[in-house]
Amino acid sequence: MSEQNLVGSMTAAINEAKESAMLAIRSTADLAGLRALSADLNKKDSPLNSFKSEMGKLPSVEDKRSIGQLLNAAATEIAAALESRTREFADSEISARIESESLDLTELLVQRRRGHSHIVTQATQRLEDVFIGLGFQIAEGPEVETDFHNFEALNMPKSHPARSEFDTMFLEYGEPNSVLLRTHTSPVQIRVMKSWKPPIYAIMPGRVFRRDTPDATHMPVFHQIEGLVIDRGITFAHLAGTIEAFTKAFFGSEFTSRLRPSFFPFTEPSAEFDIRRADGEWIELGGCGMVHPNVLISGGIDPEEFSGFAFGFGIDRMAKERHKVEDIREMYTNDLRFLRQF
Amino acid sequence: MKILNSWLNDFGAFGTNVEKLAEALTSLGLAVESVTTVGTPVKGVVVAKVLRTERHPDAEKVHRVYVDAGDGKELHVWCGAFNMKSGDLIPLATLGTTMPDGRIITARGILGIESHGMLCSGTELGLTADADGILILPSNLKLGTDVFAALGIKQDSVFDLDVTRNRPDCNGYLGVARDLGARLGIKVVAPSGDKAKKGVSRSMKVTIVDKSRCARYNMTLMSGVVVGDSPSWIAQRLANCGMRPINNVVDASNLVMLELNQPTHAFDAEKVNNGFKIRCARPGETLLTLDGQVRDLESSDLLICDGKDNAIGLAGVMGGASTEISEQTKTVALETAWFESSGVAKTATRLGLKSEASMRFERGVDPYGVDHAVSRFAVLLRESCPDLVVHGGAADAKEKSLPPKQKVVSLRVGQVNRILGVKLSAKAISVMLAKIGFATKATSAAKSATLKIAVPSWRPDCETEIDIVEEVARHYGYENLGKIVPQSTMHGRLSPLQQRRRDIREVVLSMGLSEAMPNPFLAPGDLVKAGLSEDNAIRLSNPLVYEESVLRTSLRPGLLKAISFNISHRASKISLFELGHVYPSGSADSAEGLPDEFESLCLVAVGETSSLALDWWSQISSVMGFGAQLDQASVEPGYHPKRSAILRRGKQVLGCVGEIDPRVLAQHQINTSVACLELNLSVLLAETPRIATAKSVSRFPRSDFDLAFTVPNSQSAGAVMKALRQAGGSELVDLELFDVYRGAGLPNDSRSLTFRLCLQASDRTLTDAEVTAIRQKCLNAAAKLGALLRN
Repeated sequence: MSEQNLVGSMTAAINEAKESAMLAIRSTADLAGLRALSADLNKKDSPLNSFKSEMGKLPSVEDKRSIGQLLNAAATEIAAALESRTREFADSEISARIESESLDLTELLVQRRRGHSHIVTQATQRLEDVFIGLGFQIAEGPEVETDFHNFEALNMPKSHPARSEFDTMFLEYGEPNSVLLRTHTSPVQIRVMKSWKPPIYAIMPGRVFRRDTPDATHMPVFHQIEGLVIDRGITFAHLAGTIEAFTKAFFGSEFTSRLRPSFFPFTEPSAEFDIRRADGEWIELGGCGMVHPNVLISGGIDPEEFSGFAFGFGIDRMAKERHKVEDIREMYTNDLRFLRQF
Repeated sequence: MKILNSWLNDFGAFGTNVEKLAEALTSLGLAVESVTTVGTPVKGVVVAKVLRTERHPDAEKVHRVYVDAGDGKELHVWCGAFNMKSGDLIPLATLGTTMPDGRIITARGILGIESHGMLCSGTELGLTADADGILILPSNLKLGTDVFAALGIKQDSVFDLDVTRNRPDCNGYLGVARDLGARLGIKVVAPSGDKAKKGVSRSMKVTIVDKSRCARYNMTLMSGVVVGDSPSWIAQRLANCGMRPINNVVDASNLVMLELNQPTHAFDAEKVNNGFKIRCARPGETLLTLDGQVRDLESSDLLICDGKDNAIGLAGVMGGASTEISEQTKTVALETAWFESSGVAKTATRLGLKSEASMRFERGVDPYGVDHAVSRFAVLLRESCPDLVVHGGAADAKEKSLPPKQKVVSLRVGQVNRILGVKLSAKAISVMLAKIGFATKATSAAKSATLKIAVPSWRPDCETEIDIVEEVARHYGYENLGKIVPQSTMHGRLSPLQQRRRDIREVVLSMGLSEAMPNPFLAPGDLVKAGLSEDNAIRLSNPLVYEESVLRTSLRPGLLKAISFNISHRASKISLFELGHVYPSGSADSAEGLPDEFESLCLVAVGETSSLALDWWSQISSVMGFGAQLDQASVEPGYHPKRSAILRRGKQVLGCVGEIDPRVLAQHQINTSVACLELNLSVLLAETPRIATAKSVSRFPRSDFDLAFTVPNSQSAGAVMKALRQAGGSELVDLELFDVYRGAGLPNDSRSLTFRLCLQASDRTLTDAEVTAIRQKCLNAAAKLGALLRN
């Protein structure tokens, strides 16, 4: 065979081998077949690879180069076809898997509900947060109290007539009538004065007890929040300012407040505080006043150096009115149908 | 205290601007609870005379009243009240009258018999606050005339004041007028006294035995009394203030009390034997009081006795029946006294006899208002008794216990300004106080001045400087004192404990439990029903009801009741929690003599088992960083003995987890299991969570392997785990029980526990030999507990 013929026949054979490899790639049905084919094509004795050994027969360098280039191009083309076909198979395989994994999520959704915080707790926390914003800390005390903390230290000595208004529940504990269920959160004032020392900016929420027959607006067990500020230079204007700031922060900026004279044994001057709604109606909220000097002395504070004010009101009513509960007793039935509404 | 607008005007020119007056009263601390209009004329109501009354056999609740409305004709009216007799004058609403409540009077009767109008009570006409039956009119009115015109009734307003305990003077018109006059700049005049010449001296002897209880006792005799109806203006005023007119003597006494806050008591002098003696009761003594009841007396009750030592009145509370004023009374013995307040309070409370008089003595009356009260009584009685003689030589016993005429209290100008945040001068303060009768005895221009303030005798509440500061504040006006928000010098925040309490609530809520607030009072037996002891429970001395007489020592009984309640209402998925105080009795030597009160958290879920309770515990403990061991060896009473554990740290018990004892559940009619977790928050929340110290993460590979053991049921998984952890040492960085199997291939009394162990060193790659050695140590440790490696 002439040299020219040799080059020509090799070129034809190479192209033919390439086409047959491409055809095989196109006609392979799946990834496994493609992998087998790829292995076959990469074997040393595969049709294309066998030309590499035959290249030595070519006499001229130029011929070797042109056949070499042809072989490389064919190999690159086949490799690209293999890769693209592989990707095709992989894509359709993952698509099929995805299809087969279809789930109805609505069927699987488990209604895992959060529990419900009691509305009195919610009200307490909202009140606490407002006062925290005004620079107050929160103090706590026991619900079972001594006569001293509940009355005597609050300027109500044993024979004080105002004691009878508290409808106190006493306990069969210790000396008769010496241990009781606190009738207000005010005993915490004394505990705070003794343990914190001024300056004091404190609120005292908690459970209190009165010997009151339950009705739509009263419970024998209910909740109060009390505030106490003791510092140098505290005046009545600071009391009125704090009540006003609280009113706006808690009820809304459209509300205003007023203080009017009243009487409590533990404060003097004493006041009732009312809030006014945007529609002009006044609502009685609670009691307040400048801490009585005798109370400061009970708490170990010099009334000539420090002055202060205190205020207090009911929490249950806040919850009752916010949620428009008709009868306060409903709040304490522990009926889940009631609790789950809030 | 009810204040009639027109009457108030007798004390000063207050006018009739009701809104303005109400606002001023409220701003003075005399809170106006309501303002009502009285005496609005009802057209068509005329004076009629009762001719006769008759029962009808078929009408039980009404009778037939025949009346004459002035034209001589007999009208027939059905009436449901029986308090009238022939000859009485009564108000008749004629046909067509529109009543204040909107009803129109028609002739429609009952049993086919028409009614020619309606007889009216005082309430129906808006004349009196309360009424027993038909209003009986004064006998001197002209038949057929308009009732309102005949009575001289004009429209008026009544202010209902809430008088606080510290203002006894305002239980009388004069006190209210004095404050209001000072606020509005209106001159106030006390009602006039008797100007008639005193009659011949006549007196009855007064002996005060218990001098600490009665400091003043004035006994004035008045003769020439003719008992009858009061003039209509007196009756009207009393009625409008909620008091029933009785007769001219009693009414005059009541009117004086309302005007001057001085109760008086009128005895029929002829029925009083030989003078008066004021002493405390003797045990076993009794008294028939004016209301017809026999009162058993105690030695703390102060009595008015006659000269023969027989009780004739309960001092300051109520008179006795034997000396009551009657139509035959000719001479009145008028008692005007000052009784010690707490004694009156004690008797009135004990006997449940809270009268207008006792209320005033309790709060405090003016010990120097006696003479004016006597004189005023005479003026009022003289209106209906023109021949009244007030005898001279009245007995007026005074004791040392009588409060002084004036108390002098020091008032520092600086203190007024310091407390109120104002800059008032000494003079301004003096002027303000003078208007309410507080005289300044010494003053100076200096800013540091101390004023000597003479407190009038009608203000027993003002005893110290701060009391006077309050008076200044009231009259300066609370609304004028300004509003300043103080700059808190503290950092507003929750304490760490309070923050942790909110955190734990969040965890519990997120687990789906709702918050209950059961009654902290239990019925006797409730604790026992919940499997708990009642020995450490405290009882209330004065419970509202027997069923609420025991203080809880645990939150469980309350929650069990709540569960029963919800089951009875067919609620599903009942899961509740409570966070609250419990009050077991403490050791007697506790610092303040208080019980061992602590804060507890209890979670319950119906139809759930201990595995849910453990799940709660594991979530809570991991979020909150609580640590405790499960101790199943001892059982908390009330819990399932085989399905619960105490949460323990050393000797300290932190709570309990598991299921409620089925016997307890049966007691509560709960027929499914209840998961329960209880924690002592007073201990757990007080702990500061440990702050983690950073450790470098190991860069070396870890080797994981599983060990499956056959373990007898008597050996707890926790114990095996603990042994493995100890044996594994510091290289055992993770240990997990990931499978529990009971059944085929295992002995009946055993189960298989499979643990996954993860070994890793921080400074090197563990060699195979090291891993094998640790594994062997673990196997040995487990074997000691009877846990044998499965093949």
